[in-house]
Amino acid sequence: MTGGQRRDRLLAVASPAGVLVAWEVLSRLGALDARFVPAPTTILHTMALMTRTGELPYHILVSVRRVVLGFLLGAGPAVGLGLLMGLSRPVRSALLPIVSAAYPIPKIAVYPLIIFYLGLGEASKVGIVAVSIFFLVLLSTMSGVLALDPAYFKIARAYGADARAVFATVAWPGALPQIFTGLKLGMGFALIVIVGAELLGSTSGIGYLIWRSYQIFAVDAMFVGLLVTAVLGWVAAAALDWLEHRVLPWRAS
Amino acid sequence: MSTRVAPPGLACLAVNGLSHAYPGARGPVAALDGVSFSVRTGQFCAVIGPSGCGKTTLLHVLAGLIAPTRGTVTLPPRSPGRLVTAVVFQGISTFPWMTVRQNVAYGLRALGLPAAERRRRVEQQVARVGLADFLDAYPHQLSEGMRQRTGIARAFATDPDVLLMDEPFGSLDEQTRLRLQDELLGLWQGSGKTVVFVTHSLDEAARLADRVLVMSARPGRVTADIAVPFPRPRGYGEVRSDPAYGAFTARLWTELAGSGRPAAT
Repeated sequence: MTGGQRRDRLLAVASPAGVLVAWEVLSRLGALDARFVPAPTTILHTMALMTRTGELPYHILVSVRRVVLGFLLGAGPAVGLGLLMGLSRPVRSALLPIVSAAYPIPKIAVYPLIIFYLGLGEASKVGIVAVSIFFLVLLSTMSGVLALDPAYFKIARAYGADARAVFATVAWPGALPQIFTGLKLGMGFALIVIVGAELLGSTSGIGYLIWRSYQIFAVDAMFVGLLVTAVLGWVAAAALDWLEHRVLPWRAS
Repeated sequence: MSTRVAPPGLACLAVNGLSHAYPGARGPVAALDGVSFSVRTGQFCAVIGPSGCGKTTLLHVLAGLIAPTRGTVTLPPRSPGRLVTAVVFQGISTFPWMTVRQNVAYGLRALGLPAAERRRRVEQQVARVGLADFLDAYPHQLSEGMRQRTGIARAFATDPDVLLMDEPFGSLDEQTRLRLQDELLGLWQGSGKTVVFVTHSLDEAARLADRVLVMSARPGRVTADIAVPFPRPRGYGEVRSDPAYGAFTARLWTELAGSGRPAAT
C-alpha cells in the first residue's frame, strides 16, 4: 500500500468518526437538545436494547428479505430483456419508448396501485422493490451491450458464432461491468423504496419501525432506524463490490 | 453470392466480378467494383491500396461477414475439423473477458472437436506464438503485441484453408511489428496456408508476400498484380539490403499513385 492509499483510507475512517465525536461532544455540552437530537451513545444504547428484545433484528430481517427477493425478481428479467434490447434493433425500437417513459416515474408513486393489485402483504413490498430497480438495471444492461466495440461481434461471427453463442460469449460477459453498475445503483434505490413503502402501508420492517417510533415520539429509535438503513446500504454495496471482483477477474484494476 | 465449391486447378480462392455497395444518404456508395483474382494454394497474397479503397470490405466478403452485391467468391469445400477461413483483425483481436486459452479456443467451438484435441491445438498454437506462460492470463495483463499474437494463434488453431489478415499489425509500434512479421513468416512457412493479407504498408507487403494486389481508391478495383521477387526466407536485413528492394517498393508506390485518384494517405 502506498502512502497515498494509506492516507485515503485513514481519511475515509476519520471523517465519519470525526462527525460522531463532534456530535457527541455537542450533545454532552447541551448545544444539541437531546429531545430532538439524541447523542450517538444514546442511540447506540437504544439500539442495543432493541437488539436484545429481538425487535430490531426482526424488522431488519423482514426488510432485507423484501429487498433481496425484490432485487432478484426485478434484476433477472431486466438483465435478460436489456441484453435482448442491446442486441436487437427491432426489439429496441419497439420497447425503448415505453421503457424511457416508465423509467422517470417515481416508483413510490406507483405503490398505491401495487397495493391495489397485490394487497397489503409481502407481495406488494417485494413488487415495489422489483419495479423500482427493473428499469434502471434494464437500461444499464442495454447500454452495456451497445457500448461494446463492434469488433467483438465481428470476431464472433467470423469464427462461426450463432446468435446464441454471440449472446453467451459476447453480449453477456461484455455487458457485465455495466450490469454491475446498474445493480449497485439499483441496490440504493431498493433501500430507498422499501423503507418508504414500509412507512406507508406496513406492520413490519425498518420503515415501519421509524414510523411507529415517530408516533410514540421515540426520537432515539427513529435514529436507530436511520442508522440501520445506512449500515445496510453500506453492507449491500460492499457485498456487490466483492461479487463484482469475483465475477470480473478480467477487468484491469 | 458466395459459393463453396472447390475452385479449378491449383487455386484455393477465386473471386469473380465482385462488387459491393453500402447504402448511403445519397444512394448506394460503391466500395468494390468488379474485383476478380484468384490465389493459389499456399500463396501469400498481400492487398494494398489507399485508405477507403475497399480492401477491408473485400476481406469481410471473403470471411463471409458481408454478402456482396454482385459477383462470386469460390472457396474450398468445408472439411471436418477445420474452418474454411479464419480472420485476424486489426486493433481489437481478443475478448478481454476471456483468458488467452479461452480466446485461442474460441474458433474451435463450432468445429465439434473432442475436448482433448481442442486442448492440444490451443496449447500447441499458444506455445508457437511464445505465450505458453500466459495461457491463463487475461488480455489486460498482456502487451498489445501479445494480444495480437493471441489473435494469430486463434486463427492457426482452426487450421483454416485460407488465413485472412486485416492490417493485423497496423496498431503496433515499429519494432513489435517487425518481430511479429518474422513470427508470422515462421508460422506460415511449412504450414502451407493460403494467406490474404490486407495492409497499407508497402514495406510489409514487400517483405511478407509472394504477390501484391494493388487496389484503386473508391470504388476499389484491382489495378495491378505484382509478383514479389525476393527469395525466402526473408530476414529483415536481407530484404532491405537487396538491391532490388528500393526499385520494387518504388514500383508499388507508382502503381498506387497511378491508380485512379492519387493516393492521398
